[in-house]
Amino acid sequence: MAAEATSRSARSGTGWQGLVLPLLLPSWLVIGIFMLVPVALMAVYSFLTKDFRGGIVWQFSLDAYDQFFVERGLFGDEPPLPNWTYITIFWRSIWQAGLATLLCLIIGFPTAWFIATRNPRHRALWVFLITVPYWVNLLIRTVSMRFLLRDHGPFNEMLMAIGLIDSPLRIINTDLAVQIGLFYSYLPFMVLPIYAAVERYNFALSEAARDLYAGPWTVLREIVLPTVKPGIVAGCILVFVPSLGAFLAPDLLGGARTYMIGSLIDEQFRGSAGNWPFGSAVAMILLTMVLAVLLWQVRVATREKR
Amino acid sequence: MAARTDIRRYMGFGALTALCLTVLYVPLIVVAVYSFNASRSITAWGGFSTHWYVDVFVGPEAPIFRAAAWNSISIAFLASTAATVIAVAAAVAMVRGGRFRGRQTSFAIISLPLMVPEIVIAVATLIFFTTIGVRTGYGTILIAHITFCIPFAYLPISARLQGIEDTYELAARDLYATRWQAFRLILLPLMMPGVISGWLLAFIISLDDFIITNFVKGAGMETLPTAIFGSVKQGIKPNIMAISTLMLAVSVIFVTLSYLINRIGQKAR
Repeated sequence: MAAEATSRSARSGTGWQGLVLPLLLPSWLVIGIFMLVPVALMAVYSFLTKDFRGGIVWQFSLDAYDQFFVERGLFGDEPPLPNWTYITIFWRSIWQAGLATLLCLIIGFPTAWFIATRNPRHRALWVFLITVPYWVNLLIRTVSMRFLLRDHGPFNEMLMAIGLIDSPLRIINTDLAVQIGLFYSYLPFMVLPIYAAVERYNFALSEAARDLYAGPWTVLREIVLPTVKPGIVAGCILVFVPSLGAFLAPDLLGGARTYMIGSLIDEQFRGSAGNWPFGSAVAMILLTMVLAVLLWQVRVATREKR
Repeated sequence: MAARTDIRRYMGFGALTALCLTVLYVPLIVVAVYSFNASRSITAWGGFSTHWYVDVFVGPEAPIFRAAAWNSISIAFLASTAATVIAVAAAVAMVRGGRFRGRQTSFAIISLPLMVPEIVIAVATLIFFTTIGVRTGYGTILIAHITFCIPFAYLPISARLQGIEDTYELAARDLYATRWQAFRLILLPLMMPGVISGWLLAFIISLDDFIITNFVKGAGMETLPTAIFGSVKQGIKPNIMAISTLMLAVSVIFVTLSYLINRIGQKAR
């Protein structure tokens, strides 16, 4: 009975192969209809004409992008100039997000290293400690930061109590407050991927370098950093990308002069003063920048693998 | 022979780790402590009291918070359950489906909600519902939440599934179990820690969402985060700190549960 010797499973495997399509269809449909189609529609909206009361007219127009990049006189009779208003907001967002990323890296790398060199039995607990704040509502965390940094908040009171300062430091509503907020919001994102990379690092490499009389910091710079670079790049992107489009930190910790992309987009969809095509265009520009950063990361990652 | 110096130790790294944890936890601890402040003023400490917790449940703003809490919890429950079912199906196909065309694309689609900035998703979803003429409200929030919860449910489930060898299922199939029986009686129980973990994380993600909800909620509809945001805009009041502390506790409990379930699952394997 040779035919019986082949088991059912050898012929059909676990039997899922034939069902791939129906099993994947729900996720494709839900994400396709409620995320891909909306983003495509948003792209279309960015090329439509704005109605005077915050609505839209289905007519092709480049007004939204024109408003973003070009400054024209009030009556359109002056020579067009580059419009710095919105470019400045983008530049400030990139700058803020970049600084927050750097700050996260300076604190996050040593933390990740410290955790990865603990006793393996305790590492999961350390990682857990880093993860918990991430799962706490971002709004509540940002509100907590606002409470802490207020002019008469606990932070200022403490500094005054120990006599470091005489009058409260003005932190809230400044660029610094937004910085701190972004740093605090996304710090766990920096620690986790670097931790994953350092945990796989072969410490014999450090040992070999030390035996050849390299100092500890030389080892860190020349051997460790290049080896764990993919983890560092991943961490930087996980902090930079959400910081770039952040809304809560600039809105709750910043003031009128700390305007960022997120607030600019939000404003275009509030009430009758809004401008949907312009808001869509700004969102499109943000999305393009984010996708460019992600593509760059994929390229770096594939190059490292080779 | 002992090593001259420990190659794993760098001066100051321990101190920076302490700084990292301080930054992460101090704001939360401060708010939790001040939520027990008896004083009306949020600045001065007036002794210990649970007054503001009572206020949350029976105070003048209690009906608003109760309605918002009900919306938040029911949406989180429905959205995380739907997202988990979708994610289980997708994970089985991705992990057990062998090599098939479009595997890379499918993975990209599933992780899309993680890559597109939240504010962009919010804008796009609002435009979509407005264009097809659906009134924004409970239903639109629910649909948006199901969509962005899928990857959060998917990741722990597929991670768990990758660690389960297919021999158990093959044995069941050899013993003439149908595909459905092999799934329900063998694979699903083995996947359970990942499924629960994914559900809990999706629940927390839905409960926490502010930006997308704020765009698609429509007038007069509030969830806890949007109600808190609206209130905070007029200044941080003590009852808001009490609510925040309660939500903080819920998050911590859920994440701890998810962590413990995953650990038990790993030990059992």
